[in-house]
Amino acid sequence: MAVALVKEAPSPPIAADAVVCERITVRFTTERGTVTALENIDLEIPAGSFLTLLGPSGCGKSTLLRVMADLIEPSSGRVAVLGDVPSVARQRREIGFVFQDAALLPWRTAMENVTLPLEVGGGKALPGARSPNELLNLVGLSGWEDAYPHELSGGMRQRVAIARALVSGPRLLLMDEPFGALDEITRDRLNEELLEVWRSTGTTIVFVTHSIYEAAFLGEKVLLLAARPGRVREVVPVTLPSPRRLAMRETPEFVALAGHLRRVLETC
Amino acid sequence: MANTTIPAVTMGAFVDDAEAQARFVARQRYLAWRRRLLPAAAIAGMLLLWWQAVEQFDIKPFIAPSPVVVAVTLYERFGMLMTNLLPTAIEAVCGFALGNIAAISLATVFVYRKTAEEAFFPIAVMVNTIPVVAKAPILVLLLGNGMEPKIAIAALICFFPTLVNMTRGLRDVRSEQLELMRILSATPREVFFKLRVRNAMPYLFSALKIAASTAVIGAIVGEWIGSTKGIGALIIQATYNFDSPLLYATIVVGSTFSALFFGLISFAERRVLRWNVGQNT
Repeated sequence: MAVALVKEAPSPPIAADAVVCERITVRFTTERGTVTALENIDLEIPAGSFLTLLGPSGCGKSTLLRVMADLIEPSSGRVAVLGDVPSVARQRREIGFVFQDAALLPWRTAMENVTLPLEVGGGKALPGARSPNELLNLVGLSGWEDAYPHELSGGMRQRVAIARALVSGPRLLLMDEPFGALDEITRDRLNEELLEVWRSTGTTIVFVTHSIYEAAFLGEKVLLLAARPGRVREVVPVTLPSPRRLAMRETPEFVALAGHLRRVLETC
Repeated sequence: MANTTIPAVTMGAFVDDAEAQARFVARQRYLAWRRRLLPAAAIAGMLLLWWQAVEQFDIKPFIAPSPVVVAVTLYERFGMLMTNLLPTAIEAVCGFALGNIAAISLATVFVYRKTAEEAFFPIAVMVNTIPVVAKAPILVLLLGNGMEPKIAIAALICFFPTLVNMTRGLRDVRSEQLELMRILSATPREVFFKLRVRNAMPYLFSALKIAASTAVIGAIVGEWIGSTKGIGALIIQATYNFDSPLLYATIVVGSTFSALFFGLISFAERRVLRWNVGQNT
């Protein structure tokens, strides 16, 4: 007898995962030839988690982040962001992005920069929108609402950028070396504050960095990428207790973890 | 302007030191007066030198009139000078508006249609290389002897710097800012008005400041050919009549108007680009 063709039902989007990448490959073609930036990346990021991406420069960390943000289309493979293809998640305004150099609009005050996401997007309603005032308060900038970006320090600009990324109430926050250009003291303080933001918002955070300490201190897991072509080298779970304090970086557990990350990085 | 943007990190670290504060304010005030008085003193010195040179060497008034004679002419023939300034001012301002509106529109097209830029930009460069004195007769032949050719010349002169600057300003948007707008799912219209136009403002104002003075020059040169009124016509008449005091007085009137126009644009720039003060200096 004829056997009924059993069609494999399309797997329903898994609510528990904020991001799913299946065999993602990204190639760029330039006049000097084709470069494979990412090769066969498989990745699952649970909702509400904090993942740090660590790797040598040129390993495709930023590219991977931009694939999730629908800024780069992968050459092959499948991405699901918040249960949909990235472009749908982007149009639902569920993705927040923080750039390395804040990317504030210099003609807007701190407050006007934070409210920008509420003004654009063709006037679509944003059900998850948060109060810009509360967010500026959350990032410690109350009293600076009317300051222009050139009047703010680098750390303060990055705080504004974080508030701006959060104002639409995103379920996924992508951060591309946001504290890379800051001095170490400011960076440490912002690291602690970012964990506080993560706890209070429950947002999934994917954080790209080239600092071993930052990656280990912030992440629940550290994803190590190897370069040329960019591929997953190792996923290292971080077992530090929560809430994390800067002093934990002096504990033997942290030092051992950082040492392990460094040794793996050296082979990337 | 002395620009003392205080780094944000030092905010809240101020202590009260009335004496130091008073010294600082006094020094600022001194510098402000110095900025104003130095050029004024230099101008006064030059006028004095000029006046003395004419007196001492007994130079004929039609070769170089003394500043006193020029001042007297300015006073006595003020009404006539103003009557002639009016058409020139109208031509310059209309030309300024037309030329800049056209340039801004074309720059917008260039930014969105690269093909248009590749096709038309070389033509714009070529038209810009034609000297004003050569453009003037062509336009008079084309447009007649009214205000139209003068407005057209003023417009043509304003057009090129604004086109180049505005195209650059609309296009040179930082890639992160464009990525940001994409993540926010901004419409093309929002990207244009909230990002590109605002980004182009400093570039536009640099061009407008150049255009403010060149528009007046364009209108004056336009009046050299077959005009009976206007600052340009007056310059020609005064020259042919060896009426040097009137020639000088006319130049003073034209330059003053040009400077006022420039000042107006600079004032508008300071108002519009308040956010840019930190980068400008």
